[in-house]
Amino acid sequence: MPHLPRSTGLGFKPEHFSDIMARQGAVAFFEVHAENYMGDGGAPHAMLAALRENHALSIHGVGLSIGSAGGLDPEHLARLRRLIARYEPASFSEHLAWSSHGAAWLNDLLPLPYTDETLTTICAHIDQVQNALGRRMLLENPATYVSFDSSTWAETDFLTELVRRTGCGLLLDINNVFISATNHRFDPLAYLAAFPLEAVGEIHLAGHDTEELPSGPLLIDTHGAPVADPVWTLYAQVLARTGPLPTLIEWDTDVPDFPTLLAEAARAARLLGSDAKNHSHAA
Amino acid sequence: MNTKTLSLPLAASLATALTLAGGQAHAQSATMEKCFGVSLAGANDCAAGPGTTCSGTSTVDYQGNAWTLVPAGTCAEIDLPAMADGSARMGSLAELDRDLPST
Amino acid sequence: MPHERSHAAQQSGFHAALWQTEAPAGITAPAQDEAAQRFAVYRNNVQHSLTRALAARFPVIEQLVGAAFFTAMARVFIAAQPPSSPVLLHWGGDFAAFLDQFPPVAHLPFLGDVALLEYARGRACHAADAAPVAGEALHVPDPAALRLILHPSVTLFASQHPAVQIWQSHLPQASRAALNAGPDHALIAREPDFTVIVVPTDQGTHAVLTALAEGQTLRQAASQADPTTALTLLLRHQLVTQIQTGATP
Repeated sequence: MPHLPRSTGLGFKPEHFSDIMARQGAVAFFEVHAENYMGDGGAPHAMLAALRENHALSIHGVGLSIGSAGGLDPEHLARLRRLIARYEPASFSEHLAWSSHGAAWLNDLLPLPYTDETLTTICAHIDQVQNALGRRMLLENPATYVSFDSSTWAETDFLTELVRRTGCGLLLDINNVFISATNHRFDPLAYLAAFPLEAVGEIHLAGHDTEELPSGPLLIDTHGAPVADPVWTLYAQVLARTGPLPTLIEWDTDVPDFPTLLAEAARAARLLGSDAKNHSHAA
Repeated sequence: MNTKTLSLPLAASLATALTLAGGQAHAQSATMEKCFGVSLAGANDCAAGPGTTCSGTSTVDYQGNAWTLVPAGTCAEIDLPAMADGSARMGSLAELDRDLPST
Repeated sequence: MPHERSHAAQQSGFHAALWQTEAPAGITAPAQDEAAQRFAVYRNNVQHSLTRALAARFPVIEQLVGAAFFTAMARVFIAAQPPSSPVLLHWGGDFAAFLDQFPPVAHLPFLGDVALLEYARGRACHAADAAPVAGEALHVPDPAALRLILHPSVTLFASQHPAVQIWQSHLPQASRAALNAGPDHALIAREPDFTVIVVPTDQGTHAVLTALAEGQTLRQAASQADPTTALTLLLRHQLVTQIQTGATP
């Protein structure tokens, strides 16, 4: 099974293509949203093929709607299978969320209650995806703004059980952890202490927006700003427990120039590097 | 024979076309971003966009069937000539008051 | 004890509330009176992200009607015809038909055709790849019998309105020249270096190109009008991907 390098990566934005080609190897891997490469041909595929030549690739799906109560869209699963067969990425990941209802595509990662019923449904969906793709997938913890009175599982227990039943891996989005912890007023360190870190195949870092509600802050997962300091702190604390892990900087709205992204990646690389040293000393 | 007589001007057209088309061998280069405005169109993403927070609600002025907005872009600058068949060029502004089917 | 609603029922309620003003049942927040405000983030994000995806696909339509009107109109379109696939690069094929029958833009009858043109550009961008053949391959003893296979990105666009001129007048640095009466025609396609082109053509050239795209022979196509311009365009922009030399029927 291929793995992403235990180094830093960036979300690929087509406007950075020339910069990337001019500075090959500036980061170890790139991540793309699967659905943006499901056209028949043209520039998107040409760029992705060129990227793939000199970098590891992570394909990050936003379209499967794994948390849907209805079944997975077999056509979309087939598109995904073709894309993955064509580019042979080192990693494929998706979200613990739902995004479609009936025939309607809603284009947002919507939250779901954590119950025995949703656990069974999502396990079946992950099994279906892993069987169709013939590979292990990673599932990403969500950033949420509401919770559900029907939930009977803690999110970390829910994810642990999903891993146990399906053998999938996890994508730990530390910005999402910080957002949900702030929004639902829990301790992010307690969440991370309960998180099955041994299953983590990739880490996401991103920026968020803050809004003030009467009861306190509500953080919004915009991917439109530098990674916040508390998220960097949590990241270092995770690395101290796990050792180096493939780490992606996500910046999807108000995308800055390529050097700004490289600077964010370099900051992650310093934490990865210093941690690697600590671990080699300890070993 | 028809083929023969038609082929002569066709051959001339082709020869002209080949000449006019000229040096056509611009190879694929690092200009892949060229069709940008389009290739990014409809991009899938996994982040909340700006303007989505709870207080800054997106500009939704449409309530029920009470549509009151008027297009206010560059369409005002467009001076549409009469169609070639001489038919009228615009609908009536009274259309704006019409109720919409409920959605 | 909270009553455990079935997943499907909970999701249907959540989905319905995205299109209404009330928050769904069953959602909670640390301060319960803020739950509806928090839910609005999802409602706004669904609207906002789909509206921006539509605007990215139809930037000239947005300029023509203005951003505020476009956003409000998009809300009606999205509620009526949301994307049916997560692959948003395919979305928007129905937008032109929507514009053609949307009463508040009935006095702008060209909008639908401008939307068709913008959609064809997106289609050209994502169409399948196919290598062009060299123009010299057309040097055969009887070119009249040839059939040309055109690049998958090709759309032969026609409008009763000056839709091509209106679209062109919104290009960066374009001037607002006086419009000529329609009909307008254009060849829309993708060049090998991925540039998407919109080349205005006259009616005769449009007829020749359409005949060729339908698989007619050069002779049949040339019976429509002088084919010189059509052939020049196809060769200059490298849009012929195959030449079939079948025997004359």
